[in-house]
Amino acid sequence: MRPLIELQNVTFGYGTTPVLQEIDLHLHPGQFMALVGPSGAGKTTLLKLMLGLIRPSAGNLTRQSALRLAYVPQLETVDWNFPVTAEQVVLMGRTKQSGWRPWPSRAERQHARDILEQLDVGNLAQRHIRDLSGGQQQRIFLARALIAEPELLVLDEPTTGVDMRSAEDIFHWLAHLSTERSRQGLNQAGMTIVLTTHDLNMAAAHAPWMVCLNQRIIAQGTPEEVLTEPILSEAYQGEMMVIRQNGVVFVQQKPHPHTYKELIPEPVVGGVPGHEQ
Amino acid sequence: MNLLLTPFQYEFFRNGTLAAVLVGALCGLIGVYIVLRGMSYIGHGLSHAIFGGAVIAFVMQWNFYIGAGLWGFLAALLINQTVRRTRINADAAIGVITTASFAIGVALISRYRRFTQSFDAALFGNILGVTQKDVLVIAAVTLLVVIVIILLYKQLLFTTFDSEVAQVYGISTGWVDTWFALLLAAAIIVSMQVLGVTMIAAALVIPAITARLLTDSFHRMILISTSLGALTGLVGMYLSFYVDVSSGATIVLVQAVLFGLALLWSSWRHRNGRLIHTHV
Repeated sequence: MRPLIELQNVTFGYGTTPVLQEIDLHLHPGQFMALVGPSGAGKTTLLKLMLGLIRPSAGNLTRQSALRLAYVPQLETVDWNFPVTAEQVVLMGRTKQSGWRPWPSRAERQHARDILEQLDVGNLAQRHIRDLSGGQQQRIFLARALIAEPELLVLDEPTTGVDMRSAEDIFHWLAHLSTERSRQGLNQAGMTIVLTTHDLNMAAAHAPWMVCLNQRIIAQGTPEEVLTEPILSEAYQGEMMVIRQNGVVFVQQKPHPHTYKELIPEPVVGGVPGHEQ
Repeated sequence: MNLLLTPFQYEFFRNGTLAAVLVGALCGLIGVYIVLRGMSYIGHGLSHAIFGGAVIAFVMQWNFYIGAGLWGFLAALLINQTVRRTRINADAAIGVITTASFAIGVALISRYRRFTQSFDAALFGNILGVTQKDVLVIAAVTLLVVIVIILLYKQLLFTTFDSEVAQVYGISTGWVDTWFALLLAAAIIVSMQVLGVTMIAAALVIPAITARLLTDSFHRMILISTSLGALTGLVGMYLSFYVDVSSGATIVLVQAVLFGLALLWSSWRHRNGRLIHTHV
């Protein structure tokens, strides 16, 4: 199958400072890919290259023509004081497809409501975007992406600043989207998804393909293959502990040896004093 | 009633008032996008750049609207492209490009001293000199701006909210910015004679920021800002007639008073638990 996006030996830098070097990457239809790596590793830059917002300094980047794209930027880049409601933000995703009239049609508004309902935020349509929690805001921007019916959905740190439950919901949604159409027997690939995240465990639990990055691609493969102590130590320049249990991979920081024992109380043997059985 | 109708006996007042109301509404409308893009300084800068263009048009004996318009449009495009393609911020780009352009105008004026006086009108506004033809030009530009904003409403909204993301969603943000630069340049040129170069920036920013204090809705902000611009144009003209003060300055002072009242109201709402945030 022809890749949607193909990067061959791509290098990018701002001025003389290199941000990404010798990147070789193929993004195939239906692929769900998580880009992981430390801050400053070039994850957002790689997304912007894929989206065509910036051009490589060297190397080849080819993208299928007329590819329908949707992008969910980092929440911190959004102007939260801008005077728009959640519904208006969602409808921005249909700008290209809708007609010249300044106001949305009834069908377009209903479509936006339906998607917001699916993401459990249907009751927030008329709220100002600033008045929503981090998790709700992220769902609104995901709804804007979904209403565009993209072939490629790109998300930059979709779980940063949201609570654990919302983060899990978002990852479940994305995993569902990436498999939906193939599950429906439509003989089509699901939605292609690329995201960046700092939550290695969440990514490992939901994304079938992982790319570990720190200016260069250090490793790519399944979470099992990528989340190893040598690879993570090289990427994050520090010791990382990887725990494997029942086919699940967990990445954990090593606790400080001198505080670890002091913080954990000695187990109480024989019940709690004063509560004799 | 006589107090309201008396000034209309004079043709200069009829033309001037019509021009002030249209220019007020026009600046109020465009100002919404300027304020939300965080480019409040562009009105100030561009009006100065266009002044440079107007002087060049005079020296080259071109038509004022064509010379100044082309110059202003190119300056606005140059600012946009500098911001998009370099790491220079909007305020710095505006500062460099427009001040250089203004300096060209000042240099030419000092070289050809004979027309210094006629350019006082461009700097400080000259409502008495507004002719019916000027009113028609202002009306035509206002109509053009309204039509383009209606046709590009959704694209402008998305581009103003987040230009980079809008581009990913297939919006031709380059074209949207080009159209906007054209409209802004046209609006500033036709406002010059009514408000003067020095007052245009305020007329672009004050109604929009006042509207922002009063509402959290984009549609309402557009309506309020446009209406405030038109209303302050009318009230300013009356006050300027009776108090005998420059019309441009009076219009801007009326706008500033309304802004102060909106600020007080917004602070009162804030104390009562409802806050409308602004970022200008």
